[in-house]
Amino acid sequence: MIDLRQVSKKFGRLLALDQVNLKFEAGKSYAMIGPNGSGKTTLIKSILGMVIPSTGEILVDNENIRNHWSYRNKIGYMPQIGRYPENMRIGQLFDMMKNIRVGKNDFDEELVHQFSLSKIFDKRMHALSGGTRQKVSAALAFLFHAPILILDEPTAGLDPVSVEILKEKIQREKSQGKLFVISSHILSDLDELSGDIVYLFEGKVQYNNTIAALKEETQEERLGKAMAVYISQNSLQHSPQE
Amino acid sequence: MSRIIKYIFYDILRTRFILLYTGLLLISAFAMFQLDTDTGKVIMSLMNIVLMVVPLVSIVFTTIHFYNSYEFIELMLAQPVNRKVIFLSEYISTALSLCIAYVIGVGIPILVYGASDASMTLIYAGLMLTMVFVSLAFLASVLTRDKARAIGVTLLFWFYFSLIYDGLLLWVIYTFSDYPLEKVTIALVALNPIDLARIMMLLKLDISALMGYTGAFYQNFFGSFVGTAFSAGVLLLWIVIPLFAGMRIFSKKDL
Repeated sequence: MIDLRQVSKKFGRLLALDQVNLKFEAGKSYAMIGPNGSGKTTLIKSILGMVIPSTGEILVDNENIRNHWSYRNKIGYMPQIGRYPENMRIGQLFDMMKNIRVGKNDFDEELVHQFSLSKIFDKRMHALSGGTRQKVSAALAFLFHAPILILDEPTAGLDPVSVEILKEKIQREKSQGKLFVISSHILSDLDELSGDIVYLFEGKVQYNNTIAALKEETQEERLGKAMAVYISQNSLQHSPQE
Repeated sequence: MSRIIKYIFYDILRTRFILLYTGLLLISAFAMFQLDTDTGKVIMSLMNIVLMVVPLVSIVFTTIHFYNSYEFIELMLAQPVNRKVIFLSEYISTALSLCIAYVIGVGIPILVYGASDASMTLIYAGLMLTMVFVSLAFLASVLTRDKARAIGVTLLFWFYFSLIYDGLLLWVIYTFSDYPLEKVTIALVALNPIDLARIMMLLKLDISALMGYTGAFYQNFFGSFVGTAFSAGVLLLWIVIPLFAGMRIFSKKDL
């Protein structure tokens, strides 16, 4: 469904993505992990067309996304840090987002209800806490029944109850055959939510297989432990002295 | 596109700066008309204000607005919306709100005290300058990620076009005063939208006679149909070229 071919991105001298080849297939859920600054967000933003790769191409449903925009109809995106027009009220924001996607009348407002966002619809965005912002971002990502969902650190900053609500939502949507790409540092969450794992390090894909295979390889039960063993075996982390 | 324009437009109105700007123009224009009964002189004084204030306000307001709507732009980019549509909507709503403020602020006093050929030219020149400097501000804003630097660049644009360029022009004219410079100065004037607007205005005010032979030459050129078309065309280029350069950069920019 999403196909990255030899994608590289340079920011000045920094190589953020280095010849990334990846395939994300429909119906699967991918966990994207890697240390800070390993290129996870750059990869996600490249798929969304917010960052334009220096070389290589990205295909969504076999269509090259360069200079295209309508493919974003298929994507629901939850950013790492949700930045919204500060003067807007939550209700206005939701109305605006619905308005921009022309020809859609069928909205998935499950999360809006479960997070009881409608009670605070008249609050302005600048008055929201970080966690409430995350809830707004999550609700917006799921609003349009998009077949591809890209979630950048979805559970960071959410309270335990909301994390469970979001996880259940992801499970439900996953069982309906949607593609998930989830980046996170909380490996226990990813263990529940994902079947496949992509490990990025210094802009390169270092590991790309199922979580089960990784556990098998490292003889570990938990994903966190398995990942730690894998990383230390292959020395894929900067030591603190460097 | 119209939906996006609507949202940006409401956002601009909410900051109340545009209302303040309209009020300021209204008060100064009415004050000028109160001070003097000779409409020609009033238009002349208004022109001096317009040529300084309109470019400054347009360029600074646009830059600040662009950076303040960064969140909005980011939000839109993750949606199925064309980048060019986002950029053009930002341009149209900013230029439109500043133009409306100008038409109300200067146009109402002019209508109250009687419109003339010169006052219509003043409105036309002010509108063109607004759009030119909004264009330049968008270009400066997409060139850099840093708000302070972008405002610095836009202020430099303003200083250059309102003060520095005239100094350079005078220097050229003095240095080469032994040569016939009329055609050269027309070409040089076209390189500065503020000068172009000023000359268009001066010729309507019948004080070009005071400028001697050069004034007569200008009258001859800018007063003719070719001259009017020339100045309108050049001002249009000043709007379109920075706008399209900005749009090209924006559609390839990483956000």
